[in-house]
Amino acid sequence: MYERTLGDVVLEVRNISLSFGAMRVLNDISFDVRQGEIRSIIGPNGAGKSSMLNVINGFYHPQEGTITYRGETRHEMKVHKAAEQGIARTFQNIALFKGMSTLDNIMTGRNLKIKSNILLQAIYWGKAQKEEIEHRKKVEEIIDFLEIQAIRKTPVGRLPYGMQKRVELGRALAAEPEILLLDEPMAGMNVEEKEDMSRFVLDINDEFGTTIILIEHDMGVVMDLSDRVVVLDYGLQLADGPPDEVRSNQAVIDAYLGVPH
Amino acid sequence: MSSSPDRPEANSEAQLDTFPKLLLNHARVRGDKIAMREKDLGIWQAWTWREVLDEVRAMACGLAALGFQRGDKLAIIGDNRPRLYMGMTAAQCLGGVPVPLYQDSVAQEMKFVLDNAEVHYAIVEDQEQVDKLLELREEDSSIRHILFGDPRGMRHYDFPFLSSIEKAQAAGREFDKANPGFFEQSANSVTGADIAIMLYTSGTTGNPKGVVLTNDNVVITARNGIIRENLTDQEEVLAYLPMAWVGDNLFSYAQSLVAGFTVNCPESGATVLTDLREIGPTYYFAPPRIYENMLTQVMIRMEDASRIKQRMFHYFMQHAQRVGTRILDKKPVKLSEKLIYKIGDFMVYGPLRNVLGMGRTRLAYTAGEAIGPEIFDFYRSLGINIKQLYGQTEGMVFVCVQPDGEVYADTVGTPAIDVEVKIDDSGEVLYRGPGVFHSYYKAPEETSKTKTEDGWVFTGDAGYFAENGHLKIIDRAKDVGKLTDGTMFAPKYIENKLKFFTFVKEVVAFGDQRDYTAIFVNIDLEAVGNWAERRNIAYSGYTDLAGQDDVYDLVQECVEKVNEDLSHDPRLGNSQIRRYLILHKELDADDGELTRTRKVRRNFIAERYGELMDALYSDKPECHVETQVKFEDGRTGMLAADVKIRDARQYTPVAKAS
Repeated sequence: MYERTLGDVVLEVRNISLSFGAMRVLNDISFDVRQGEIRSIIGPNGAGKSSMLNVINGFYHPQEGTITYRGETRHEMKVHKAAEQGIARTFQNIALFKGMSTLDNIMTGRNLKIKSNILLQAIYWGKAQKEEIEHRKKVEEIIDFLEIQAIRKTPVGRLPYGMQKRVELGRALAAEPEILLLDEPMAGMNVEEKEDMSRFVLDINDEFGTTIILIEHDMGVVMDLSDRVVVLDYGLQLADGPPDEVRSNQAVIDAYLGVPH
Repeated sequence: MSSSPDRPEANSEAQLDTFPKLLLNHARVRGDKIAMREKDLGIWQAWTWREVLDEVRAMACGLAALGFQRGDKLAIIGDNRPRLYMGMTAAQCLGGVPVPLYQDSVAQEMKFVLDNAEVHYAIVEDQEQVDKLLELREEDSSIRHILFGDPRGMRHYDFPFLSSIEKAQAAGREFDKANPGFFEQSANSVTGADIAIMLYTSGTTGNPKGVVLTNDNVVITARNGIIRENLTDQEEVLAYLPMAWVGDNLFSYAQSLVAGFTVNCPESGATVLTDLREIGPTYYFAPPRIYENMLTQVMIRMEDASRIKQRMFHYFMQHAQRVGTRILDKKPVKLSEKLIYKIGDFMVYGPLRNVLGMGRTRLAYTAGEAIGPEIFDFYRSLGINIKQLYGQTEGMVFVCVQPDGEVYADTVGTPAIDVEVKIDDSGEVLYRGPGVFHSYYKAPEETSKTKTEDGWVFTGDAGYFAENGHLKIIDRAKDVGKLTDGTMFAPKYIENKLKFFTFVKEVVAFGDQRDYTAIFVNIDLEAVGNWAERRNIAYSGYTDLAGQDDVYDLVQECVEKVNEDLSHDPRLGNSQIRRYLILHKELDADDGELTRTRKVRRNFIAERYGELMDALYSDKPECHVETQVKFEDGRTGMLAADVKIRDARQYTPVAKAS
C-alpha cells in the first residue's frame, strides 16, 4: 500500500579481498548499501558472509579494497570507529553476558553514549544519575518495542534461545545504530519465532529508519524482507540485485543446488 | 445534582444510577485519588479520577465529532488498557453502548458480533486489532471509524477512517470548546434504564448472543456486591481478564466506578504475575484455572528448593491444612495450634502470600467453573479469604455468593442481595434479581426462552440446595444424561473431578446414551513435563509426551482415584470411567474445540475425533488419527499420531451409609 523509496548510498565496499595466509576468503567484492535499505548477503556455508560483516565493522582488515562510509573512504574500518559512527551488530553465536539480566545486557549497548565519568556513575550522583535515567528510558523503550517486558529482570542464561536472540538484537538497538548488521538472526528458530523476528526486523527498519545488512539462510525470509541481495560463493560475488532477479540467476541456482562437474 | 459537597455520597447515592454520573461524581468528590494505573516502560503510570474524567470527556467529544450518536455501538477490542476502559465510559456518556470483544478472536469470529451489534465505531489497542478490522472492512464497510491506542507498525496506514485515540481526543477538545455544555448535558441525560453495555456470551453451541444490560442492571448489582463485602474506595484490583468477559466488566469496571477504587492494568499478558506482586491487590478475582496455575508453579518451584526449606514448607503447610481454614473462619482453635500457625505465618504463609501477589488480599473470588477442593483449601489455609460465587452474564454475575465464615468447596453459597433463587421440577436453577438482563440483542425468541415474563431466568444449570441452605451446582442441565443402564451421567462433574489433579489439564467425558463412561484427557504440559524431566524421560513435545506409557500410568492413577470417589456417590456410582485415552494434541480455541472462555465443546470434539470415539467404545488398544490444526496466523497443518486407549479399574459402587 505504499512504495518503498531508498535513500542515497551510505556504505560502499569496493574490490574487497581478504586472505588468511593462503586462504582467500573474499575475492574482489563490491557492493553498496543505501539509506533505509534492507540489504541481504546470502551464500552457502563458508561463502564468506560473516567475514564480509567483519570487514564492514572493522574486525577483519582486508588486504585490498576500500570501504566508504558516510562519505569517508578508508582502506580498512576500525572496530571502535564503526561502533562510534553508528554501526552495531548481532552475532551468529549469541554473545551476551549470561549472568546479567536482560535489562543490564541491553544497557551495555548504551555504553558508548554514556558521557559522565565512571566515579560519578559508581555513586549514582548528579549528572550521572540524570544520564542513567535517560538511558534507562531508552532501554525500556527497546524492551517495549521487542515485547520482552516479562523477561526484563531474568538472567539471560536462563532464557530460551529465541529470546536470547531477541535480547541481543535489543542490545544492538540500544546503540541507536545507523546501520545494523544482523548475522543469522533467525538461525535455529521455529516458524513462529522466525515470523516474530522478521516482523521486528521490518519494524526496526520502518520505525527507526535503520539501514539493515542481513545474513540469513532461510531463503523465504530473505526474499520477503530484502530490498536487494548480494550472493557470495567461496569468496566470489555471484550476483547482486533485487530478490526476484537473484532468484532467477543461473549462477546462484547452481551454487545452491550444485552442478555436475 | 443537589448533593452537598460534604457528604455527597449519603444523599446522592440513589441518583448515581449511571456510569456517566458516577464518573462525574468521583471527579468531584475524590478527584485526586488514583483511579487507574498502567505499567508502561517499566513504570506505573497513574490517572486520578479528575484526569480520567478529562480523558473520557475528550474521547466522548471526539467520538461525537466523528458522528457518534446516542444508541450507537462502540466496539472495544484489546488487552486491558486504561484507554479502552475510558472508551467504554466515553460511549456511555454519549448514551452509546460499548461492545467489548474477545481480543484473541480471529477476524471472522469478530465479524459475527460486529454485524449482529451493528457496530460502526471501534476503539482498539494496536495494529493487530486494526488489521483484523481492515480485513473485515474489505468485505463490507459497516465500520465507519477506528481509533487505535498504540500506533506502532501503522506508520504507512493511510485511511481516512483510521486515527489514533490522541488525535480523536484533540479534535474532541476542540469540539468541547465549540459546544460548551454538550458533554454535561449528554452525560446527565443518560438514565438508569438506558442500555449500559452489551456483552456477547461465548456460547458452547451456536452463535454468540448479545446480552443487553442496562445501567440499572450493572450499577445496582455492582453496588450490592460492594455492600455485601464491605468494599471501599481504598481497594486495588488488577484488570487482567478479557474485557469482553462479564466478570472483568463487573470487577474492574463497574465496581471501580461505583466504589471509586483503583484499577491496575498490567504491562502485558506475560507480565501479569510480576505485576500482581508489585500491586498487591486487596480485591482479586480469577477463574479456578488461574489459582491452579499459580499453585502448580509454587509446587514446581518448591521441588527445586533446598531440603531444609522443603521440610519447613511441608511441615507448616500440613499444619495450615489442619487449622488454617478454621482460623480464617474464626472457629475455635487450640492456643498451641494458633501459636504454631503464627510462626508458620511468619516463616512460610506470609512470604508465600507475597510471592502469589496476595499479601494484601482481603477478598478473592473464584467463579466460572468448579474449583478443586485441594486448591481451594490451599489458599484458604494460607489465610487468603477466597470464596466462590455463582453467576452468569445474564444476571450481571452475582447470583449466589459464599458468606464469610460459611465457605465450602462443593457449594456456591447463598443468594446475593436482592436475588431470589429457586429450583424447578426438572432440577434446573432459576433466579430473579436487579441484575437480570434486559434482553438478548435482536433475539426476542431467545430472550423469552431464557427469561420468563415475571423476570425469572433459566440458568441451564442443574443443582439443588444442600441442607445448609447453600446452592450446589452439578452440571449443565442439558448435559446431564443417562447411560444405557439408566444411571445418571453428569459429564462436567466427572471432568472436574479429574481436572483437579495437577497433571490433568482438560478432560472430555462421554457417556450419554452409551454403555459406559469414556474420556479424552489432555495432560498439563508444564506439570507432566517437569515430572518427566525429573525421571529422565525424554520427550520432544506434547504429542510425544502424551503417548508415553509412563504418562499413561500416571493418568491411570488419577482416573482410578476418580472412579473410587464416584463409587461412593449413590447416584453416580455406576458412571465410573471404563476406558480413556490421552489426546495427541492440546485442545485449542483456535481449532474450535474450546470456547474462548476455555470450556470444552463436547459434541464438536466427539464429531471431530470420530475415529477415537469409535475406538473408545470398542476394545481396540490403539487408533491412528490425523488431525488438522490451525496455527495462530491462520494457516493450517496436519498432525498424525497413534493414540493408545486403556481400560481403568472399576470399583463396586457402595451405597451411602445412612
